[in-house]
Amino acid sequence: SKSRSALGQSLLGLLGAGDLDEESWEEISDTLLVADLGAATTTEVVDRLRAELSARGVRSAEHARQVLREVLIEALHPELDRAVRALPHESDGAKQPAVVLVVGVNGTGKTTTTGKLARVLVAQRHRVLLGAADTFRAAAADQLQTWSERVGAEVVRGDEGADPASVAYDAVERGGASQVDAVLVDTAGRLHTKTGLMDELGKVKRVVDKQAQVDEVLLVLDATTGQNGLAQARVFSEVVDVTGIVLTKLDGTAKGGIVFQVQRELGVPVKLVGLGEGADDLAPFEPESFVDALLD
Amino acid sequence: MFDTLSDRLTSVLQNLRSKGKLTEADIDATAREIRVALLEADVALPVVRSFIGQVKERAKGAEVSQALNPAQQVVKIVNDELVGILGGESRRLNLAKNPPSVIMLAGLQGSGKTTLAGKLAMHLKGKGHTPLLVACDLQRPNAVTQLQVVGERAGVPVFAPEEGNGVGDPVDVARRGVDEARSAQHDIVIVDTAGRLGVDEEMMRQASDIRDAVQPDETLFVVDAMTGQDAVTTAEAFRDGVGFSGVVLTKLDGDARGGAALSVREVTGQPILYASNGEKLADFDAFHPDRMASRILGMGDMLTLIEQA
Ligand SMILES: Nc1nc2c(ncn2[C@@H]2O[C@H](COP(=O)(O)OP(=O)(O)OP(=O)(O)O)[C@@H](O)[C@H]2O)c(=O)[nH]1
Ligand SMILES: Nc1nc2c(ncn2[C@@H]2O[C@H](COP(=O)(O)OP(=O)(O)OP(=O)(O)O)[C@@H](O)[C@H]2O)c(=O)[nH]1
Ligand SMILES: [Mg+2]
Ligand SMILES: [Mg+2]
Repeated sequence: SKSRSALGQSLLGLLGAGDLDEESWEEISDTLLVADLGAATTTEVVDRLRAELSARGVRSAEHARQVLREVLIEALHPELDRAVRALPHESDGAKQPAVVLVVGVNGTGKTTTTGKLARVLVAQRHRVLLGAADTFRAAAADQLQTWSERVGAEVVRGDEGADPASVAYDAVERGGASQVDAVLVDTAGRLHTKTGLMDELGKVKRVVDKQAQVDEVLLVLDATTGQNGLAQARVFSEVVDVTGIVLTKLDGTAKGGIVFQVQRELGVPVKLVGLGEGADDLAPFEPESFVDALLD
Repeated sequence: MFDTLSDRLTSVLQNLRSKGKLTEADIDATAREIRVALLEADVALPVVRSFIGQVKERAKGAEVSQALNPAQQVVKIVNDELVGILGGESRRLNLAKNPPSVIMLAGLQGSGKTTLAGKLAMHLKGKGHTPLLVACDLQRPNAVTQLQVVGERAGVPVFAPEEGNGVGDPVDVARRGVDEARSAQHDIVIVDTAGRLGVDEEMMRQASDIRDAVQPDETLFVVDAMTGQDAVTTAEAFRDGVGFSGVVLTKLDGDARGGAALSVREVTGQPILYASNGEKLADFDAFHPDRMASRILGMGDMLTLIEQA
């Protein structure tokens, strides 16, 4: 593509006879800025690249590109454990369903991700129950119910305006009683700045915690999100102790570079990516292919 | 890390008042700080570049006034330029001479279209109009149900002949919605459409087919204030794919700086008409360029200081 060859050109420029070509460095940082890495992270990556290029005596643009790729992959901590804990476990000799809580700001793709995740589990012959703990948004429970029918999962829902914590509680209780393998609880979208709504979410988690072990708290981030994604991740982590990130809408033009900062600051890995609106459009997060898409 | 642009600039430009004029070096140092501030506010990079160019140009000729220190002076220039771009000439909704007027909503998935449809309907109803909501998102699970609930909350009827969830032709529903409005004497039709990506050619064609079928008086591009660098690419894709006449910025009730506003405005030249700032139907306001400018720069108090000076 056009951008790829532009980047290739700049990589070539970096190697020009000892003296670094400032314009080429700027183009490298532009590539990263435009992918939403943010100014500080971009500077770090570029500094790191400078150091590596000179330390390794890199001579060709192709090699430089390879080093940039390596630096970026490393910045994504490929060693992190990205397994989604959605399988049942034993407790006092009895099977306990895995409990997964899905959280995030408005419209990022929580309900869709809940449906897709159920699909993956059902395809592996697990029994799944969905808890519709979004009792606020218009037709949110209907939307989750449609997903449950689409993928073959049960659903527990409350009335519009019902206490989300009690719906979540009911879902986990029913899941335990009927011996399902996983209970996935979809929650209402809420901005991290709304303390009342964040308190409500904290309560959902506490209520479920009392009854069963919460195995995963997945924070759903929209790949189009810019620098605000870090603030979202910070606050959600404080309130419900996020254990994994899902990066949605990567099928669009947005690159999702905010996850560099999010992973580093929270130490929480991106575990899944959303690649479309369909039931099968969910995939594991792979740092290598993520970086390749970013540099493309 | 400095919190606001004015803090940053103050630290760069300390003790310059005596010089009476900003030097080239002062301006360059300032420009670097502004660049970072704008990037942190998610203003798209190409827009940042041209913006900085303009600001440098203006700052060069500027005398440092007695009342303002150099930092304040530059902030004022930056702010004026921002308001200029964001504001343009503010205008009302375009309504048709022969009703019904048609307003079509378009945007990425989850940007806030359906919610906005309800807000707009309630707002217009409050002004004495008789809007009709038309459910043309037949794709997303229960998008039709959602619009029906929203319509009920707004006290506005919803035309939803197809149940959606993959069933029905949105272009046909849009066309019939306008017919329905004409025969039932609704003076405004608000067409809610499915979320779509700029790169999804089939879905973009569907949007332009809907547009051709209903000939909207106003096509509003609905964009999330939390959007990052992708704002430009997506705005261009919607401009080229559907064409839009105005912009609505949503989720402004969060703490995102909202640089996307500047990007979309600068790249497409279309005005930002409304700000959506909450999930409830009443959380809706006209767009205020001056508030947006200080928000992007993170410097509410600075402006008050400048005004007092
Ligand atoms: N292209 C694309 N669209 C997606 C993806 N994930 C979700 N969506 C769409 O994004 C929109 C919002 O998705 P939802 O699952 O309703 O989001 P949510 O976070 O549950 O929204 P709220 O509950 O209202 O906060 C819908 O139109 C989805 O079809 C994805 O990976 N790619
Ligand atoms: N906090 C806040 N939430 C908003 C605002 N506008 C919409 N929302 C929420 O954002 C989410 C998505 O809104 P929708 O109206 O369903 O968005 P949409 O563009 O119709 O989504 P699709 O039809 O799936 O593409 C919902 O949870 C809304 O309640 C706003 O201004 N502020
Ligand atoms: Mg939802
Ligand atoms: Mg919608």
